[in-house]
Amino acid sequence: MTAIADLFRQPGPKLVPFLTAGYPHKSSTVELVLAAEAGGAAMVELGMPFSDPLADGPVIQRSSQAAIANGVNLPWIFSAVRELRARTAIPIVLMGYINPILKMGPNRFLQEAAEAGVNGLIIPDLPPEEDRKFYDDAKEAGLSAIHMVTPVSAPERITYLGQQAGDLLYAVSHLGVTGTGPDGETALVRYLQKIRQATATPFMVGFGIKTTSDIARLAPHADGLVVGSALLERISAAPDPAAEAERYIRSLVAAMGAGIHE
Amino acid sequence: MSSKNNAPYRYPDERGRFGPYGGKYVPESLLPALAELELAYSAARDDVTFMAELEALSRDYAGRPTPLYHAGNLSRATGAAVYLKREDLAHTGAHKINNALGQALLARRMGKGRIIAETGAGQHGVATASVAAKLGLECVVYMGEEDMARQRLNVFRMELLGAAVKPVSSGTRTLKDATSEAIRDWVATVETTHYLIGSVVGPHPYPMLVRDFQAVIGQEARRQFQDQVGGLPDMLLACVGGGSNAIGLFTPFMDDDLRMTGVEAAGLGLETDQHAATLTAGSPGVLHGSSSYLLQTVDGQVSLPHSISAGLDYPGVGPEHSLLKDLGRVTYLSVTDAQALDAFKWLTELEGIIPALESAHALAALQGGLLNLSPGESVIVCLSGRGDKDVQAVADLRGEPKL
Ligand SMILES: Cc1ncc(COP(=O)(O)O)c(C=O)c1O
Repeated sequence: MTAIADLFRQPGPKLVPFLTAGYPHKSSTVELVLAAEAGGAAMVELGMPFSDPLADGPVIQRSSQAAIANGVNLPWIFSAVRELRARTAIPIVLMGYINPILKMGPNRFLQEAAEAGVNGLIIPDLPPEEDRKFYDDAKEAGLSAIHMVTPVSAPERITYLGQQAGDLLYAVSHLGVTGTGPDGETALVRYLQKIRQATATPFMVGFGIKTTSDIARLAPHADGLVVGSALLERISAAPDPAAEAERYIRSLVAAMGAGIHE
Repeated sequence: MSSKNNAPYRYPDERGRFGPYGGKYVPESLLPALAELELAYSAARDDVTFMAELEALSRDYAGRPTPLYHAGNLSRATGAAVYLKREDLAHTGAHKINNALGQALLARRMGKGRIIAETGAGQHGVATASVAAKLGLECVVYMGEEDMARQRLNVFRMELLGAAVKPVSSGTRTLKDATSEAIRDWVATVETTHYLIGSVVGPHPYPMLVRDFQAVIGQEARRQFQDQVGGLPDMLLACVGGGSNAIGLFTPFMDDDLRMTGVEAAGLGLETDQHAATLTAGSPGVLHGSSSYLLQTVDGQVSLPHSISAGLDYPGVGPEHSLLKDLGRVTYLSVTDAQALDAFKWLTELEGIIPALESAHALAALQGGLLNLSPGESVIVCLSGRGDKDVQAVADLRGEPKL
């Protein structure tokens, strides 16, 4: 069983912070992941920066540009994950766009990611049918392929994506890019219930989750909650990014517990 | 060169692939809209009422057919028989109107009342804003801040036409970023909005659909050449940004025995990194929803292109051109900013036609003798647009005071 399948078999929602790798500085990433874990994060998403991130809003666009300017590339990200693996077993998911992966060579990418200790992949611009072999090879290498479902995904599509993914799905909270929404609460809860009915595959929800009250509202309806832009905004302004990340994540984890036990 | 002995050229396949290129590399949220568009298009294509309306508007609104003009002075200067396909005479000043009309009618058919578009030179934005005004559709055009500065006239035209022009300040602030921003808008508004993409790029079915709407260029040119001269020309020539005017000219001749040449923007020179010659100097990758040649770094980040012509200043290119290059069916060359400026002057002075800087790239290949044309051979050049929009930029380069 993969680490991600194992984690999401445990009851209760999990907090999953998103961090752009190498942002604000290359030296921040290892510290930030460890701080997130100390704050109660169950898994971490590391963004592989791309020059043209189509599914991302302004905050992640800016952090990606800064990371690229810092010299971040895939080999560097693998080295950061290797460094982390000496210090923590927290599941790590890489999220990023397909072009840098193709440029490196998909086989080399999958092999080096697995060897470094990466546990899963989210590639927003690679729907499963666009490159079945890539996702088959990823699973073969022991990596969980995490597909996205959206409010316009039909129930059959959600069932299909759940089967393809196997371990975990990522429910985009609303139509839009990262850092915006979610909009109407009842519509959102109905959408999360629709996913639950269409698939037995666990799912985390993300895009635009910011506040402890967002967390408390959504926690009962999902297996995981992803917080990205709001976290990046906080650490970009903080004198001590790791301390700020830990504090913020701890408050979100507390809100998650409160939401569940209400 | 000819594909006579092979199976006829038929692309894309049912997965939207042109050989290894094309596809739908998009966020999951866009897949239903792409499927809807594909269905709507295939129904519209078989609907005589739809096609009749498109034809009537192409004729009476857009001014088609555009002339095929035997350019006597260019012919004497080059020794070839030069024919210009006069897309510069189409309504709004470029071939872009052909695609804008077709897609706007499709949008209306799908019940989508809002249209978004990206624009570089502003030509596609102006064409889109015009048809949106005509059909009563809301219109938002994304344009890089850098391009807004170089193409102010077109920004004002779009605003006059009732479009909201949204400045894009991310990345390089040019066409690439305007396209990304239009896609981000579409992800959020996909249920009510049609994305009217301006070239043969983007996810399937766009490269097919835009090609089909632009194929009117080649269909007319073929007929006109047969009427005026008889037979077929020896060569077709067009500039390539995303590649829509080129593919529009080439498509109806794909199974014929003739040479086709596409001309890219070499900017300050291929030996610098300041160019937009994607097919000549790029490598396969994925940008804006499809696989195609791409200008990129060793890490797979998209490179900043450069061209004097905003309409060619794009680091990608259509997937079908990528296949045509690999097949050797089309030859792709590139010419520099300086060569394009010379050709701009050349056509203006010899024929009394001011070309768009984009189209001037195609003419530069002819002027520079890069085409291996034998004396007396005939060539159809796609004069994709007129140069009114570029007059200010050319004046600036010559150090003239603001016009
Ligand atoms: C006059 C003109 N020609 C050519 C182009 C390049 O586009 P394409 O390669 O799709 O024809 C543009 C784009 O703005 C244009 O305005």
